[in-house]
Amino acid sequence: MNISRRSFLKTTGAALVASAFPMSLVKVALGSAQDFTFAYISDAHIQYIKGNKFVRNWDMGLIRSIREANLLTPRPDFFMFGGDLAQLGMKEELDHGLEIMSRLRGKVHYVIGEHDYYLDLGEYWQQKISPLYYSFDHKGVHFVILNSILTYDSWTHKKWATPMDRMLAMARLDNPEGSPFMVGTEQLTWLGKDLEAVDRTTPVVVFSHSPIQKIFKGWNFWTDDAEKVQALLKPFDKVTVIYGHVHQIQYNQIGNITFHAVMATAWPWPYPQSYTQVENRLPKLTVPMNRADPFFERDATGWQFIDVRTGNVAMHYQLPDNENRSVAFNAETGYPKDLKYQDLGSRIPPQDHY
Amino acid sequence: MNRRTGYFKGILRAGAVAVTFMACVALAAPLGLPPVPVPADNPITAEKVKLGDKLFHDTRFSSTGEVSCSTCHERDKGFTDNLPVSEGIKKLKGTRNAPTVINAVYLHSQFWDGREPSLESQSAQPFVNPVEMGLENHEPILKIVRSDPEYLDLFQRAFGKTGDKITMVEVEQALGTFERTLIGGNSPFDRYYFGGDKTAMSPAAIRGLEVFINQGRCVSCHVIEQTQALFTDNRFHMIGVAANRMPKDLDELSAAVEDVKKRGTDIAVLSNEKTSSLGRYAVTRDLTDIGAFKTPTLRNIDLTAPYMHDGSLETLEEVVQFYNNGGRLEETDPVPELLSGGIRPLDLTEEQQADLVEFMKALTSPEFVRK
Repeated sequence: MNISRRSFLKTTGAALVASAFPMSLVKVALGSAQDFTFAYISDAHIQYIKGNKFVRNWDMGLIRSIREANLLTPRPDFFMFGGDLAQLGMKEELDHGLEIMSRLRGKVHYVIGEHDYYLDLGEYWQQKISPLYYSFDHKGVHFVILNSILTYDSWTHKKWATPMDRMLAMARLDNPEGSPFMVGTEQLTWLGKDLEAVDRTTPVVVFSHSPIQKIFKGWNFWTDDAEKVQALLKPFDKVTVIYGHVHQIQYNQIGNITFHAVMATAWPWPYPQSYTQVENRLPKLTVPMNRADPFFERDATGWQFIDVRTGNVAMHYQLPDNENRSVAFNAETGYPKDLKYQDLGSRIPPQDHY
Repeated sequence: MNRRTGYFKGILRAGAVAVTFMACVALAAPLGLPPVPVPADNPITAEKVKLGDKLFHDTRFSSTGEVSCSTCHERDKGFTDNLPVSEGIKKLKGTRNAPTVINAVYLHSQFWDGREPSLESQSAQPFVNPVEMGLENHEPILKIVRSDPEYLDLFQRAFGKTGDKITMVEVEQALGTFERTLIGGNSPFDRYYFGGDKTAMSPAAIRGLEVFINQGRCVSCHVIEQTQALFTDNRFHMIGVAANRMPKDLDELSAAVEDVKKRGTDIAVLSNEKTSSLGRYAVTRDLTDIGAFKTPTLRNIDLTAPYMHDGSLETLEEVVQFYNNGGRLEETDPVPELLSGGIRPLDLTEEQQADLVEFMKALTSPEFVRK
């Protein structure tokens, strides 16, 4: 007898999953989309040291997530990897990361991240993994994978001393000589054509490394042509964008598009508000995570499994050494909601006195 | 968490746990320990201690008449049995190493997986475990304590109860009270660290303390505080012991969980090594807790070999080697996949490792030193 998925949610969460979709309030099923679940692992940042040594901390984060994801039952329909498999795009890192990923029992679709791309501009990735942008259909849902970490050609093809210099420049945060992420005209054209064949009642889910929003430029929580992508997605009844890169829980609703961030397996990231000198636009809906406990190496990292029901998405964040969180689309209000902490009265106050 | 409420104290503080009893007592802590926590509904009295002592050593509370608490928790063996896993009736083997009772009062939960919250509630479990005392239920115990003249007298004095008014609540409270008096501080380390006696530990042990606090990283979980040292954080960590004996896939994990649900945690974990290896997960069903076990105290650790939840590490040298290799005995063993983050290779020299062992030997309380 298998353990139900609910058994893997902490006991306080188990009851809430059942109420995530009060069936009586959900509108008539869109198109012919079925209910299913897939799992998402992202931002592993496998980092090469020398010889056959890799940074232990990032290896363990990815290994743990995969080990837990393999325990999910019933089995998820497929797995996503959300980008930044490697830290500096090196072959050693991609190979070591793919070797660990091979332990996942199921089909994996990959999204590329900037840490994978800027050393060789995606050459090894395309050779070993997949095209950099593509789409597929699954159980009545149209999935689109974008390469959303491109930037201006003038920056990418500048006279860099070495490819690694370009990689390091893109890896650097708050880089005054950095450059914003974007999808770019080639993909916008492709996306427009790809979506022509999709009925407006078909749920669309976009996987992207950058947020397809403009949240915080210094850390490239940013997609420069976000509005253009959003405009292409506007005609559809139900669109969800799932993105990596930010290493924290974020969620938002812009018109018909629901946005969800995924966790990193490697390390956590502070919220932009903590960087008070610079303006930020963290979505107001987001209930931020509290400060990670530095004693626990894996606190504020994690992975997630994602339920799709009638085209709506529910994120179930698996957060080691912490309380799991679930953020689900609320059909009543029309935007995503944390199932436990959304109301101000139910927050766990952040520790601000030591 | 001390609940002393003005009871008379007549206690010597100079090392040996010599306690003078009045009608009610409070235990002042030995050097290096905090005040003993006492539940409000079970204050310590001399009569309860005496009763608990007798219950603790009574082999009649087992199906074969041969096993008592002290069978696995023997005073001369640091209140353990020095076996890898304990043996109950008919020498039936369990899956877990007997933890010491010394200083167990300071733990926030009892058993390796913390499945019981107090000394009192823990005390009732082994009686009804098939591989420990093997009783079907607690009735045989109640039968004896309600009829044996010596027990009747002791229960009357301790609780003012007799006959059918004696229940397992009183039995547990007496056992808990007795165990509450089994505390040990005032070790060479305590005298050095809290008592200011710079000659109390050997030079090797002093070097070992420095490793313990710094490169060895031991103090992260085996806590030393400013005025006392419990050497435990009362948390549960997966450090890699028996990692290769855990359920290896979903089917085995599901079977183990079903067993826990069906037979109860206490019986399931002691009868099946795979179930036992789940540790805290069997109690919380939280994936972070897979293979995680409670940090035990290191006080009197020199007396309580072998080590770890399954007794798989025989000596303190092996323990240090296990940690130095980052959660495995040999460097050639595979790295356990679900390790708690704090476990990593330490790069200690041979001398540092030997010093660490010497330090741990300095944690023995004088009253429990092996004769």
